[in-house]
Formats: sequence, C-alpha cells, structure tokens
Amino acid sequence: MKYLSWAYLVALFGFILLPVVTLVIFSFQDGRLPVPPFKGVTFEWYAEILTDRAMMEALGNSLIVALLSSLVALTLGFLAASGLARVVLPGSVVMRGLLIAPMTVSYLIIALGLLQMFNKVGIRPSLLATGIGHVVINLPLCFAILYAAIGEHQKSALKAARDLGAREWQVLWFVAAPMLTPALAAAFFLAFTFSWDEFIIAFLLTRFDVTLPVEIWSMLRSGLSPATNAVGSLVFLVSVIVVVALELTLFRKGSK
Amino acid sequence: MTADVHIKAVEHRFNSFTALHRVEMQIAAGEFIVLLGPSGCGKTTLLSIIGGFLTPSEGQVLIGGRDMTHVAPKDRPTTTMFQDYALFPHMSLRDNVAFGLRMRGMAKAARNAKALEMLDMVGLADKAARRPHELSGGQRQRVALARALAVEPDVLLLDEPLGALDLKLRRQMQEELKAIQRRVGTTFVHVTHDQEEAMAIADRIVVMNHGRIEHCGTPEEVYLTPKTMFSAEFMGETNRIPVSPAGEGVTSPLGPLAIAPAEGMLCLRPESIGLSGEFSLGRATLVEAAFYGSYHRCHFRPVAAPEMLLTAHLPQGAHPQPGAEVELFGRTPVVLAPEAKAAA
Repeated sequence: MKYLSWAYLVALFGFILLPVVTLVIFSFQDGRLPVPPFKGVTFEWYAEILTDRAMMEALGNSLIVALLSSLVALTLGFLAASGLARVVLPGSVVMRGLLIAPMTVSYLIIALGLLQMFNKVGIRPSLLATGIGHVVINLPLCFAILYAAIGEHQKSALKAARDLGAREWQVLWFVAAPMLTPALAAAFFLAFTFSWDEFIIAFLLTRFDVTLPVEIWSMLRSGLSPATNAVGSLVFLVSVIVVVALELTLFRKGSK
Repeated sequence: MTADVHIKAVEHRFNSFTALHRVEMQIAAGEFIVLLGPSGCGKTTLLSIIGGFLTPSEGQVLIGGRDMTHVAPKDRPTTTMFQDYALFPHMSLRDNVAFGLRMRGMAKAARNAKALEMLDMVGLADKAARRPHELSGGQRQRVALARALAVEPDVLLLDEPLGALDLKLRRQMQEELKAIQRRVGTTFVHVTHDQEEAMAIADRIVVMNHGRIEHCGTPEEVYLTPKTMFSAEFMGETNRIPVSPAGEGVTSPLGPLAIAPAEGMLCLRPESIGLSGEFSLGRATLVEAAFYGSYHRCHFRPVAAPEMLLTAHLPQGAHPQPGAEVELFGRTPVVLAPEAKAAA
C-alpha cells in the first residue's frame, strides 16, 4: 500500500512535469528537430531567439501589457471590492455577480465581443486593445480575491479610520491598502501571469505589434524547431520566478 | 474638550423592525453615561446614531447644541472605542494613536509628541514602537482608548469595550476609565450589558429594553428605586411580593405590612431583607443557606405563605441554622404599579 501511494505520487508529478521537462531538454538539442534522440547540448537556439528582434520586441510588449493591464485591473478591483464591502446597497448581490460574471465567459467570446465593439468605436487592434481585453478578464479575478480578503477585522479598522477623521482616499491609502497587501500582491501576480500567458485575446486584438504568445504561434506555423522550445523555456522561467518571488515574500510573511 | 448631547425623538427602523421608539435623552457635558440593556435592546443602535454610523429614520441628534443628525462620523466631535479595538495592525502603537491627528494635518513631530503623551496616560509609553499584535487584550484596549482620546473629542463613545476582558482586568479597566474620564472631562457614552460594570462607572445609567428607555438615573436610583419591573429585575435579583392597600398599610400574602399604601408588586433586593429593618415581613423558616464570602445567601419560607420563597443576603456575622424560624424585616421598599409590570 505504501509503495503504491509513492508510485502514485511519482506518476502524478511525472504527468504534470514531464512535458515541461521535455520542452526544456530539447531546447538544448544540437540538431534541427526537437525530437528524440537527444543529440547533445548547445546554446545555439537560445542565442538565436535572443538575437531575434521580433521575438525580443514581442517579449517587451508582453511585459508592458501584463504590467499595465494588471495594475489597472488591480486598482479597479480594489476600489470595487472596498466599495461593496463598505455599504450594503440594494442590489449588492447583483453587482457582485455582474463583476465576477466575465470569469465564466470563454476568452474567445470576450475577444470576439471586444473586436466588434472596438471596430464600432474606432479602436484599432493594438497592444492597447489587448491590454483592455486583459483588464476585462483580470478585473473579476482581482475583485474576487480582494473582496474575499476584506473580513470583519478589516471592516472595523476602516470604520475606525473614518471615525478618526480620514477622508475616503485616506482610508483606502493609509489603512485598507496596507492591511490588504498580501491579497493585493497575490491578485497582481496572478493577473500578471494570466496576461503574460494569454493567447486568444492577444491574437485577435493585435496586428503589427504582437505579444510573445502570438509571436511564438507564428513561429510554430513554420514548423517545429528547438528555437520554439527555447522560447517556451524562457516563458516558463519567468512564470517560475514570479511564483518563487511570491512564495518567498508573501506567503512566508503570512505564515508568521 | 467636552459637549452635551441631546437626543430628540430619535426613532430608527431596520426594514420592518423598529430598533428605537422615539427616544428622548439629555446628556450633560462631562457626564459618564452608561447605556445598559440586554442584547437587542437598541443600545448599540443609539450609540451608532450618536457616532454618525447610522442616520436615524426620524428625530435629531444635537452635540454641543449643533444638529449632527446628517453629519458623517469623520466630521463629528465624537470618536468611538470599538468592541474589537479596531487597531491598525500595520502601524506601531505611536502611529495608531497619532492617526487621527495626522488626518487633521498635524505635523509629524507634534503629533508624535501628543501620541506619546496619550500612551503615557494609559501606561504604555515604553511600548510606543511595538505593533498591536505584540500586546495583550488589556493593553490593546488602552491603545484604543488613547487613540480615541488623542484627537480630543467632545464625546467619546465606548461600544462594550470591556466585554472581551477577564473579570479582574475588567474591574481594573473600569476604575481606570473612570479616572481618565475625570481627568480629561470628556463626555463618555458607554454601552454594556453588565449591570455591575454600569453601576461601577456611571454618573447616570440609562436602562434600555425593546428600543425604549426604561429608566434613566444615578446608579443608586436605578438600583434602589427602579421605575419599572424590567429595570428592577435587570439591575439585580429581587424578591416580588404582591401587595394591595389596606388602611394605613398594605396587605400581602405575608400578612399586613407597614409600608405606604400602594397597589402592585413590592420589590425587595436580597440585601434589603434581614433580621432587623424598617418594617416586619413576619416570621419565616430558613430553608437553605450558603456562604458567598461577603454574605450568606439564605432562602426563607414565610410561615404565612409557605408557597413563596424569599431570598435574603445576611451579613457574615449572622449565622442562621437551617430549619430555624426567625422574624424577617425589610428596608427600602419599592412598589411598582401593575401597569409598569405589563410594560416590561
């Protein structure tokens, strides 16, 4: 029984991690195709993509879009959550439902809707349009995380701040935001990684300047190459860094 | 800094539930008022209305003669000490206490000096750099008090602030609260459901029940001469003997009693019954006695009315034997009219 459960554990992690491990290993393939047999180690493919201007531009675009769209989603989500936590309005439940609703809609549908609407109002497919799209998908996430984090303890501290003469922006800035730092950071990093990986919205809402997933996709169309593995490994590396940073800063603090 | 508070015909409804029924109340400047009542009696609602967290459905709140009914909490000359302290966990004690002054635009050096002064008043000056989570419950309590008083409010509102403390600490904090209130002279409005706490600290007690004020008076008045059956029972244990007028006195199941003629329920506190006193209650047999330290708690069965049981607290010296028959006497009789009982 004991061996069986260990075997199960190993199989589970193997199932989750093997594709990634394969991807990373064959990014070092000394050959034209990222398939077995493994012929030897080379950094040639990394050198190739790091000197590929289109690829590096896309990477920069992705970082900017992820950073700005997450900040906007975080700010809007924070304001919505602290507002709805503060007062009970008629229809509060409906408002919360509406804010979270976009989570249930597929990215494809959201992208199609945005594409049509942007066409109407004259916003061209661009990084801005993609950024707006990413705010649409990440705002519900940020709202849900922050709303859940505002407990009775926070509410009464906010009440005390108002009682002591703080204006509403001072309540948010001096009390609510510092008290919610762990939730704010978690929401920001999640939104950041979602935007960083997102393909469908970025694919439909960009044209000349594209984000990294779109660039990788166009690279894949010309066939498999260890270079795509190398890009994939780099994208994966960024996500790992974000997660590790999160683990080291926030969760360690929270467990104190 | 102090001000009087005038509650004018305040009524408050939550949907269909009426929490306060046209409450009228005058609080003098510098007074220590305790709102006392069981949970759901409307005392916290009234406090929230004075603090500005609720706007009454009807009526007015005047503080220092100015109409504050629709003024936001931050613009009122009131501060609140919350039940759960509501300290800011990410700030040091000094920053917590200085917060109100910072919001009023006081310069950093001045507000820190004032914060230290306030922390010194509550005996925590040496812990100014600590965070709230490093303190005990009683210490957090003091920080909350210092923070609320730092902005020199005219009226301090205390929402069951001692509820979470153990008995010994609560007694100590009661004395400190009273002493601090005398020193700063601010009007204190304190909410509690503990009648001993209310009597220990209040200048005047407001007994509330079902959204109405039952009795408003000094602790002695409220305890010794309650106006309604509810406040009589809520303030402490009481023996009830139905009486009706007869000649110069009254008749009762115990026989004729030599008190002023009245119809209703004679209420006697256990310590108002003894082996000597103002008027005789007739002979009675001791059924049970228990030693409570400062007194003997005794149950007597009157000879004239064996179905009744009178509870008396006798002084330490008096040591009756169970089964003994003695003559009981009463002091400070209060007869409450039957309609007062119906209202309660």
